[in-house]
Amino acid sequence: MISLELYNYWVVIFLMMAGFYTLIVSNHLIKKIVGLNIFQTSVFMLYISMGKVAGGTAPIAAEGIETYSNPLPHVLILTAIVVGIATTSLALALVIRIKESYGTVQENEILELDHISDTGPQA
Amino acid sequence: MISEHIPALQVVVPLLAAPICFMILNNRMAWLFATLVSWLSFAMAIMLVMEVKDGTVLRYEFGGWAPPWGIEYSVDILNAYVLLIVSGIAAVVFPYSWKSIQKEIPESHYRIYFTAMLLCLAGLLGMTITGDAFNLFVLLEISSLSSYTLISLGRDRRALTASFQYLIMGTIGATFILIGIGLLYALTGTLNMADLAVRIPPLEGSRTLEAAFAFLIVGFGLKLAMFPLHLWLPNAYAFAPSAVSAFIGSTATKVAIYALLRFLFTIFGTKFSFDYMQVHWLLMPLAVVSIMFASIVAVFQDGIKRLLAYSSVAQIGYMLLGISLVNVTGLTGTLLHLFNHALMKGGLFLTLGAVAYQIGNTRVKSVAGLGQAMPFTMGAFVVGALSLIGVPLTVGFISKWYLILATLEKGYWPLTVLILISSLIAVVYTWRIIETAYFQDRPADAPPVSEAPLSLLIPAWTLIAANLYFGINSSLSTELASSAATMLFGGNL
Repeated sequence: MISLELYNYWVVIFLMMAGFYTLIVSNHLIKKIVGLNIFQTSVFMLYISMGKVAGGTAPIAAEGIETYSNPLPHVLILTAIVVGIATTSLALALVIRIKESYGTVQENEILELDHISDTGPQA
Repeated sequence: MISEHIPALQVVVPLLAAPICFMILNNRMAWLFATLVSWLSFAMAIMLVMEVKDGTVLRYEFGGWAPPWGIEYSVDILNAYVLLIVSGIAAVVFPYSWKSIQKEIPESHYRIYFTAMLLCLAGLLGMTITGDAFNLFVLLEISSLSSYTLISLGRDRRALTASFQYLIMGTIGATFILIGIGLLYALTGTLNMADLAVRIPPLEGSRTLEAAFAFLIVGFGLKLAMFPLHLWLPNAYAFAPSAVSAFIGSTATKVAIYALLRFLFTIFGTKFSFDYMQVHWLLMPLAVVSIMFASIVAVFQDGIKRLLAYSSVAQIGYMLLGISLVNVTGLTGTLLHLFNHALMKGGLFLTLGAVAYQIGNTRVKSVAGLGQAMPFTMGAFVVGALSLIGVPLTVGFISKWYLILATLEKGYWPLTVLILISSLIAVVYTWRIIETAYFQDRPADAPPVSEAPLSLLIPAWTLIAANLYFGINSSLSTELASSAATMLFGGNL
């Protein structure tokens, strides 16, 4: 029986698989980056879910607040989001350069062009 | 006292030097500055090795926050040894870079190159020294992102696709590691490695712990190019600028192996990793296939850099084989091979950089006749190749000797035969190059070639000479490797 109480973890797994699938299957480099982003986002949600305490608030020391969520996973994920942004921007920059030098962002066409240059001078 | 802060400075100095280097507008000054920083890191690594050689463990609490709350750097024999490898290679590659990149990278990119090299160095050193699992992920990403940039600086447009492919696979690997660390945190509520090591054993049998273990193995497997997760490696090494191939090829995968060892032995502990999860039965067949497959593929390569890249996959196989034997001799072999492979591949890639500088490419066909035209460069290549094969008096022999001893100790004689056969295949693929260089004449229409400049030859020969020195007087490397291996099996951080 699927427990609905843990539905956020099911969302995590769905996003993770969807992102991973997009990453592997798509031929378009930008779509690959989108897949990679969805894949990473699922992990952010995993961390955020595990830090959340039911009924808890933000960890601010004030009167009347007894239960609060664990802030550490949330802070960790801020760092991971920054890493994710850096990765995405670098990947997009590479795609621009690839488009400039190959004239395409379709992986199969790039492989074909590489195959042609493999018979030419090789590094 | 400044010496107390060396564990922190080891990482902080190159990390802060990177933006400063970017702000130095004069290219030559930026290079001198980066070189100075790399030497400083090497000096600090030597000091750390001296301090922990007798088995003491240095702990450094960041900002005075006591672990497990604060981030802690802890230095023991194992990571001091890996720090020595990484910073030692950096101290040779940085001075070499100036001449080498002049023919491979446009002048406007020099500063970016040195900045990225410093960031990559800081990331790798940080991954090695940190005692905090999440910190390891962050520093892993710092080193990975800068190495994607460095690879994309290659002249050939295929460097761009190689870099993109590495970025995709590297990020999947890093995200798997992040999932693994997250699951461990969910179980134990701590990220400190020493603390994790205490809290994990009672959890044996937990499905979450098993999942975390699997995610971490696959994640590090991607980063260290474990067969069949090695697909990013050959192109990345083949199309990167020569100095980058030398640096990344001899340090990045080594640090990933170190991280794998740290998780397998220290955090999960030998009891969980090997007795309960039986991970060596996963690693051993993969190691065997990667040694055979990559060695054979290497024989058929046209480009020497790609050939050496496949040979690297095979060498990583040796290191995994040493781990999968689960005895002290095997692990000593693995650790020695970390050190020795860094020396031989670093030396060979630097030699190839000198060839690329003089003739513009590094195809097997193009080196014809270079034995006479560039005697010092090709001489260095021959010594490096002998070391790769594992001829006595070179470092390659020492690590293979330990691996063979370990297989015999276990009674797995087919593995002994495998190591010998793969060494013979190494003879085949290196002989192709040596035969072309020495016994074929340079085509009559080819432009005349002269010896490479000294600023390339000296760093290349430094690493090649180290191959011979540590092959003859192996007491330093074997002593460190065997005490680190004993420590890992002893299970104390």
